[in-house]
Amino acid sequence: MTRRLLGLGAFALAAAALATLPAAAQTLDKIKQRGVIVVGSKADYKPFGFRDPSGKIVGFEPDMAADVAKKLGVKLELEAVVSSNRMQFLQQGKIDLMIATMNDKPDRRQVVGIIEPLYYASGVNVLAAKKAGLKTWEQLKGKKVCGIQGAWYNKPVAEKYGADFISFKGQAEVETALLQGNCIGWVYDDTAFAERLADAKWKDYEMSLPTIMEEPWGLAVRLEEREGPWGKFMSDMIKEWHRTGRLIELEKKWKIPASAYLKKMHEEAKKAKS
Amino acid sequence: MDLTPLWEWFRWLYGATGVKLTIFYDAFDRQRFFDGFLTSVRLQAACLVSSVVVGVVGAWLQGSRLKPVRLAVQGYIQFFRNTPPLVQLYFFYFALGYYLSYMTDEGLRVALVSNFAWAVICLSLYAGAFNVEIFRAGIEAVPKETIEAAEALGYSRLRAYVYILLPLAFRISLPALNNNLVNLVKTTTISYAIAVPEMLYVANQIWSDEVNVPEMMNVLLVIYVSLVGVVVWIMHKWERALRVPGYVS
Repeated sequence: MTRRLLGLGAFALAAAALATLPAAAQTLDKIKQRGVIVVGSKADYKPFGFRDPSGKIVGFEPDMAADVAKKLGVKLELEAVVSSNRMQFLQQGKIDLMIATMNDKPDRRQVVGIIEPLYYASGVNVLAAKKAGLKTWEQLKGKKVCGIQGAWYNKPVAEKYGADFISFKGQAEVETALLQGNCIGWVYDDTAFAERLADAKWKDYEMSLPTIMEEPWGLAVRLEEREGPWGKFMSDMIKEWHRTGRLIELEKKWKIPASAYLKKMHEEAKKAKS
Repeated sequence: MDLTPLWEWFRWLYGATGVKLTIFYDAFDRQRFFDGFLTSVRLQAACLVSSVVVGVVGAWLQGSRLKPVRLAVQGYIQFFRNTPPLVQLYFFYFALGYYLSYMTDEGLRVALVSNFAWAVICLSLYAGAFNVEIFRAGIEAVPKETIEAAEALGYSRLRAYVYILLPLAFRISLPALNNNLVNLVKTTTISYAIAVPEMLYVANQIWSDEVNVPEMMNVLLVIYVSLVGVVVWIMHKWERALRVPGYVS
């Protein structure tokens, strides 16, 4: 029995080692050869990446992906990812590029190649019923709050404010759980709530706490390609986006409240050029 | 007992080899993983016991003289055996859960049944449906003459079931039951879809925060092999203890 157990363990270790093997480098050449670029994007994060009535993934980030494809002169293929699998998809080579509302964190930089400069920024807030009367983050202590699996701030909010998280895979599940009273509020990116608060479905809800932990978003390529031609290409692309004000344009197109971060980046990029 | 040196060894291990087991040296991760382990064990124990109860009662009702009762049991088995457990879980939690919530005085909506309770209910009914059929197979293997003998001695149907039929049928059913219960222990992991903080759910949170997927996958694998090992060991002990020499194997 013991020997059999050891055998199983060894097999698992081997399988884990295989899963982390780097995929072949030189994505840029591969994309051009294929004529197709595969970009991982959110499909449940309105308006940054969501499905339109026909099922197509559209939004702020898919538009960015389309810009990349256009510049490369290849066809765009969007792959829906969620927070808990987006980095693995990139590592395994299922996607060439990840633009999926990901905050730039030091431990993530060790796993995927986050490209400088960063393209957006968001903070953390709570969507809760007005009747819950939330005024301070400390009020979350010991309360059940909903979250999205894989969001980096679940742990610090739980640690710092003592909130008891129940986290789901996608936003639809969280919405249902919140509306039927399984949690008192939803801890998530403030950018995701702005769109909802305009909707009649959420008229009894509010985002009353001060936004905390404002963090920039980074798009990513495979770690070993960050300094390679593919990483350089994407870095230039983002610089161009900031310089031309394309991202502010997209923000307006998708009716996202103007972010101070994009404005600052646009001005800095313009100055750097002149 | 102070375990700090042990925890610190795991921190050293991360520095030296890159094997990132935060569940040992990070107090927050350690606490939530341990809680997850306990939740898993509680969930498994509750499901194991109630699914066997469902099986025993269901098998008895299946032999009822009343046709509607037999039909109801048959309907229950077909429904739970023919639908995926994950779909059932979502159905209970998101569809039925909506009707089972109430408004507090402050006007806040509160769910009546917790996600843990839904997981126990759903998984017990799911595994219970299989258990009913497993016990039926055992009951049908008991010779008709034995039941006739019990009837001749004046046993009622319920008493014959409890004292004669079930003990004999149970011995025949054990190997198949063993199989189903092992499956049940593993199936409890799907309750992470409705955010029951069991081990897979907690591991998923940890690897999202710490980006240590391979380490946590291996930890989960080792723990599940051991948990199932314990269940199999207990079932085998039980099988041996119940053995009647000369009666089935």
